[in-house]
Amino acid sequence: MNFAMIFVLLGWVSCFNAIFMLLPALVGVVFQETASYSFFISSLISLIIGLLLLKFIKPKKKTLYSREGFVIVSLSWIIMSTLGALPLFLSDSIPNFIDALFESVSGFTTTGASIVTSVEDLPKCCLFWRSFTHWIGGMGVLVFIMAFLPLSGAGNMNLMKAESPGPMVGKLVPRVRSTALILYAMYFGLTVLEFICLLIAKMPVFEAINTSFATAGTGGFGFLNDSMASVSPAIQIIITVFMILFGVNFSAYFLMLYGRWKDALRISEVWVYFSIIAVSSIAIMFNIRSMYDSIGDAALNATFTVGSIITTTGFSTADFNEWPEFSRTILLILMFIGACAGSTGGGIKVSRIIIMFKTTIKEIRMLIHPKLVKKIKMNGHEINHDVVSSLNIYLIVYIFIFAFSVLIISAEGHDFITNFSSVAATLNNIGPGLELAGPSQNFAFFSVPSKVVLIFDMLAGRLELFPMILLFSPITWKK
Amino acid sequence: MNILVVGCGKVGQAIVELLSDEGDNITVIDIDEKKVNETSQKYDIMGVVGNGATHNIQLEAGIEHTELMIAVTGSDELNLLCCLVAKKASKCKTIARVRNPEYNKDTPYLQEELRLAMVINPEFAAASEIARVIRFPSAVKIDTFAKEKLELLKFKLPNNSILTDYSVKEISTKLKCDVLVCMIERGDEAIIPGGDMNFQNGDMISIAAAPQNVNHFFKKINYHSNQVKNVMIAGGGNIAYYLSKILFKSGIAVKIIEKNERRCEELCVDLPKANIIYGDASENETLLEEGIDNTGAFVALTNLDEENILLSLFAHSRMNGKIITKVNRIEYDEIIRKLDLDSIVNPKHITAECIVSFVRAMKNSMGSNVETLYSLSKGKVEAAEFVIREKSPILNVMLQQLKFKPNVLISCIVRDNKVIIPRGQDVIQLGDSVIVVSRHLRLHDICDILE
Repeated sequence: MNFAMIFVLLGWVSCFNAIFMLLPALVGVVFQETASYSFFISSLISLIIGLLLLKFIKPKKKTLYSREGFVIVSLSWIIMSTLGALPLFLSDSIPNFIDALFESVSGFTTTGASIVTSVEDLPKCCLFWRSFTHWIGGMGVLVFIMAFLPLSGAGNMNLMKAESPGPMVGKLVPRVRSTALILYAMYFGLTVLEFICLLIAKMPVFEAINTSFATAGTGGFGFLNDSMASVSPAIQIIITVFMILFGVNFSAYFLMLYGRWKDALRISEVWVYFSIIAVSSIAIMFNIRSMYDSIGDAALNATFTVGSIITTTGFSTADFNEWPEFSRTILLILMFIGACAGSTGGGIKVSRIIIMFKTTIKEIRMLIHPKLVKKIKMNGHEINHDVVSSLNIYLIVYIFIFAFSVLIISAEGHDFITNFSSVAATLNNIGPGLELAGPSQNFAFFSVPSKVVLIFDMLAGRLELFPMILLFSPITWKK
Repeated sequence: MNILVVGCGKVGQAIVELLSDEGDNITVIDIDEKKVNETSQKYDIMGVVGNGATHNIQLEAGIEHTELMIAVTGSDELNLLCCLVAKKASKCKTIARVRNPEYNKDTPYLQEELRLAMVINPEFAAASEIARVIRFPSAVKIDTFAKEKLELLKFKLPNNSILTDYSVKEISTKLKCDVLVCMIERGDEAIIPGGDMNFQNGDMISIAAAPQNVNHFFKKINYHSNQVKNVMIAGGGNIAYYLSKILFKSGIAVKIIEKNERRCEELCVDLPKANIIYGDASENETLLEEGIDNTGAFVALTNLDEENILLSLFAHSRMNGKIITKVNRIEYDEIIRKLDLDSIVNPKHITAECIVSFVRAMKNSMGSNVETLYSLSKGKVEAAEFVIREKSPILNVMLQQLKFKPNVLISCIVRDNKVIIPRGQDVIQLGDSVIVVSRHLRLHDICDILE
């Protein structure tokens, strides 16, 4: 284990975090809020930690193997979240540190589950910080560092693999650094585009920035207590479109940018993703038709909610907890499916679902023709058996974590739907669940142990389970 | 620079290893997914799985933005096809590995007709390398220019050499040698000498000369280059064949020991001047019988690394001459170097180095008229070859009338396949290849050397 290199990267994470925190501090200065001092202090603390690590640790070897990659990624996210919780705690916006940590983790992991009872009472700089953590967490902080730091040495790909979602993480261009830059450039471009659209739809600047950040990272922290229910329909439509766009595999955008439309259109994951959205929106629309005045209203609410849930954003225009059981079940299923691989969304990911579906068909055909030779293909490429088997392991680990989390939380004595849906909402990085954890509620009612479990679930969900599991398994630390 | 490497074998990996640290964007293509994954895991490159000769896969690997394609798969024909397809798909330069001796004679034709930037034959490259070591055992470094018609040779001046009595220009006037001193390294300094400069003991001297004139020069200055007269080769493969051909040109006798009778007969036909011995080189009786004790140089070229190493160790115990061992596996390089073996030659590594030096030259010469570029003396001095294709003020003016920048030297002119070591009265004509040695300069055009 290359500890020196791990500490160096953690040092860089702290330094970058210090820079990130200056933005909300400036927002606080602009709005003349006293809370901004807490951001300056936290930024200073981050900077000192970072510089100390960088000053005193000089790595001999710069190579990173996959085990270092996993450890760096999981530790970075823990450190980012802890440092990110500091200003919320110091400014007394969230007086309990575990609550502040929950909020910060929920921000970075783009979950959007909040413990704040009244969001509207938070200082503006805290609101900005919550949204901004979504934006950083969406594409990944190490990807950001890789894009802007010339990290020499091979093995950076191991970092990217550990942080980026999806069963098969590939590069867009030969260099990891250029890949990271291109990803962030597309991400930034789309965010700005949404911001402009929101401005045109007459959203105030500060709200537009926050909404763009929260949509881009598919996070879901709002600035109103009722999330997005009281904004104008035009804004709701814009948010719906961009939520869905940020849930698309970014390599599709890359291919389009390079004029390779044929390859872009060949990505079956994106087609399936759009089909799922279309079908479930229509189904829910008819199911909730009687609850709304017009069919248009029902359609908008249905599409917004479907888009919000499948991309794991977690905004809401309606309290879907009140919807009929059929719609609620569809939404619960969508929570698990999640967005495309290589997007900013969470969940199991559409590509995994496709591969699992194809594997199942293959296995059934193998039962009938035991000697049948069949290979699974995706986007015209053969899927290696390793990918399939690691996907199966992923699913098993997923179910284990899920079951254990529900078990621990159930000790508190809430109803089953609350427990089940709140674990689903955090492990898939969505935000609101059902019943007590529904969109009009928040997670404040949970006890501290349950919150710790949910924090773990959020991190595990964002980093796709294995980095967090490896961090706590003794094999990783053995020589 | 965007580089596409087709074939992820030993050579492909060696190329990737050498180039990926230099900031190039590299994409590799191989049909074997495992190899592609392994390589893209190890280095910061992109991997594409598939047949590199298909247009589809090349497009996927981004052939449109590629500046150079290197085809180093195991098959000659596939390599050539890769280059052809790539040439049609983009404006990139192409390099192909072609190792079949039957194609070797066609190399110039292939290069011309298929517009390949370079055709590399690993066995031939290895043979040339071995031949250089045999011909000038004391030379530190030899570079070739103008399609091997000119050699740039670096050697260390021994103590009490008679050369210290002469100045640079007196080499041609008094010694009557057709060689040109291009560079003198004295301590840490690299000097491009003027005509009046004198030599000192311990100088590292680089000279430019046609290969046939080099020996004459060394004889004149009484420099014992330990010229080898006869060479014994164990194993009669392709390298042995090419090596013998090169050695004959320098008048060195060759004896090849080969254990396959059929192959012996083939060699006998192809190399009438060589002594072909039908026997097993791994039996030391055979070696002793063929007089290993009195051989000037011994080259172990059998197919087995282990056998080569053992043979060389045995030869080392019997003779004083130069011993060269071929080792295919790169991984054990460090261990083998600890053994008491003279020179070790790794064909795959040589191939990779040849390609990489071409790539470096290509990078340096991008947007300029430089044909070949070599760095002498750790990058302080470089030798660049220009081909004069268009009219320029430098043409048809006597060199002594041209005003050159300081630290620039025209070391050679190649006209109609003849090497001219230039004197003040010579002129540069249209179609000439001109080799310029310069210090601290990035030359882009031949006119850059004028004040």
